[in-house]
Amino acid sequence: MTPVLPAIQLLPLAGAVPAWRAEVDAPRWRAGCEAAAGAGGRLAALWASDERDRGQGFCVRALLVLYEGLVCLELHLADATQTYPDLSDLFACATRMQRAAHDLVGVIPQGNSDRRKWLRHGAWPEGVFPLHRDFALASSFAPGDDHYPFVRVEGEGVHEIPVGPVHAGTIEPGHFRFSIVGEKVLRLEERLGYKHKGIEKRFESMTLEDGARLAGRVSGDSTVAYAWAYAMALEGMAGVRPSARALHLRALLLERERVANHLGDLGYLGNDCALTFGFTQFWRMKEDVLRSNARAFGHRYLMDRVVPGGVACDVDSASAQAMIAEALRLKDELRTLRSIYYNHAGLQDRCITTGRLLPLTAARLGIVGLAARASGHAIDARVHPGFAPYDELQPRIASHRNGDVAARIVVRFEEAFESLRLQRLILEHLPQGALRTPVGEAAEGAFGIGWIEGWRGEVLVALEAGRGGRVRRCHPHDPSWQNWPALEHAVIGNIVPDFPLINKSFNLSYAGADL
Amino acid sequence: MQKILFQIARTGIISERPPAADESLRQVSGRLNDEVLKLLGRALAIRHVDAGSCNGCELEIHALNNPYYNLEGLGIKFVASPRHADMLLVTGPVSRNMETALKRTYDATPEPKLVVAIGDCGCDGGIFGENYASRGRVANVIPVDVAVPGCPPEPAAIIQAILTAVSAARP
Repeated sequence: MTPVLPAIQLLPLAGAVPAWRAEVDAPRWRAGCEAAAGAGGRLAALWASDERDRGQGFCVRALLVLYEGLVCLELHLADATQTYPDLSDLFACATRMQRAAHDLVGVIPQGNSDRRKWLRHGAWPEGVFPLHRDFALASSFAPGDDHYPFVRVEGEGVHEIPVGPVHAGTIEPGHFRFSIVGEKVLRLEERLGYKHKGIEKRFESMTLEDGARLAGRVSGDSTVAYAWAYAMALEGMAGVRPSARALHLRALLLERERVANHLGDLGYLGNDCALTFGFTQFWRMKEDVLRSNARAFGHRYLMDRVVPGGVACDVDSASAQAMIAEALRLKDELRTLRSIYYNHAGLQDRCITTGRLLPLTAARLGIVGLAARASGHAIDARVHPGFAPYDELQPRIASHRNGDVAARIVVRFEEAFESLRLQRLILEHLPQGALRTPVGEAAEGAFGIGWIEGWRGEVLVALEAGRGGRVRRCHPHDPSWQNWPALEHAVIGNIVPDFPLINKSFNLSYAGADL
Repeated sequence: MQKILFQIARTGIISERPPAADESLRQVSGRLNDEVLKLLGRALAIRHVDAGSCNGCELEIHALNNPYYNLEGLGIKFVASPRHADMLLVTGPVSRNMETALKRTYDATPEPKLVVAIGDCGCDGGIFGENYASRGRVANVIPVDVAVPGCPPEPAAIIQAILTAVSAARP
């Protein structure tokens, strides 16, 4: 069923998920987004590209998630204005995406949104835009001014705690500016972008085939989700559908990635509440999963196992039996540990009502993934109609209404159980078929979208083919773009020592959003 | 409490023996004398710095503390400040946005500081290489004693690199 947006002609996009695209002008860009927001739609991603070589100026794209599927609105900015209607009043999560689009391409949202730099810091000068076609990947600039105006909180007894970019634990770099009174957090402001390493520009120097490896390294903890989303985008534009066996194996890898990450996070959540027993047990189980990944697929984190056209691994019956037995054993162990976590007074005391993100706030911020599900929003790309192979597997969504650290722990447990069930289901009924279907050359200008529910939330890849099988433009989008601002809200009113616990309960990616 | 104790007893001790040092990972030799290395090797404090990785290497650094590798059992622990550290464990291609922070962390680490670069990106820039936003390998920004390749290197390989850095170079 084609979605209806006012005065916008939607053209279907070939691929594994229902998706449409439409070229719009500025009034219809606004009207389309207003209609989508009014109908309960979300903004999945916003990015810009340089189309001047085609005489089309700059282009801004907004990817919307509607009930019917994905809709990509494309707005070409005529002549030299480089401005487009701001979307941050409709979708709060648009703000940082618009700031990043300005830093990389120079397009300016017309409206009242925050215009501070986001990814740029001091690595390249103001007025220089790395994603312009005439900008060389190897350009080098002397380190520039890194001044950044944080929002100051005024009042008696208010003081600031700056944290980062180098943090106290084994964590990715980012800066957190806390404004506090006593121990209580009045405001948290995040400053990210420290890991920006030019991924989108790097894509433009690669072939469509090689791009899959880079996509798998946007956020290493979600390598399967990214590699699959990239492959889905490429297969869509090339008109290729992988075999049922390849799709089931991809789902197996994705669920193994989900279980491994949930186990690791459950361990750290215990650790952050001084229950080191939890860390030891969950990380033992995670290591068992990683080692069986290495045995069965040749890589602990399953990097480069999802490839365009299919998968680069297979499962024989011995290995399937071993993984089924492992899933059953993990289920029993998880039950034991769940009962310990749910009955541990100290853990309950730290987690219940801590870092609360109410369902209304979650909806206004447009958050996604497990954090959304823990705040009453049962959204999960895996249950979208027609999403092979999950349409056959019928996954059950885990959700909770409380939106606190405890709710995110509950959702993780439930998802881990469900994921183990799905793994067994896949391994018991693995269909036959080719592991890899050849992906022919995609025509220049072909455009495809990949959309995968990774363990953290939905991972998107928008891909456009260039000449001779090369990448013209690739925009990978991490769910952390949507969820980082939610963390700022979740910590309000909490005490500073609870921040690490709240942060870990979301466990967002810095690399994925810094690009 | 009973359940916790039962689970601990059922798990038992699963820690494995650490690997031996590997000279081929060493980038410079003879920088520190044997006496200093012996002292560091018995109680080493490490500060991890992610200078721009994809976070894959971080997953394996976390795993060093799981009961199989039990890094703390070797007298090696991670500390919260470079001022408490004997060694920096650096991942990533160094992003230009992290270059200053990495240099400052290095400057804040007391002498004699050891630096271990982790992963393909730490060794040579990896798939990201050098570009307008990436300085590439760690050695382009601070001096490196030992570098361990891999995408990501497995925990045993990281332990081997750490132990190589605190072992005396064979002539």
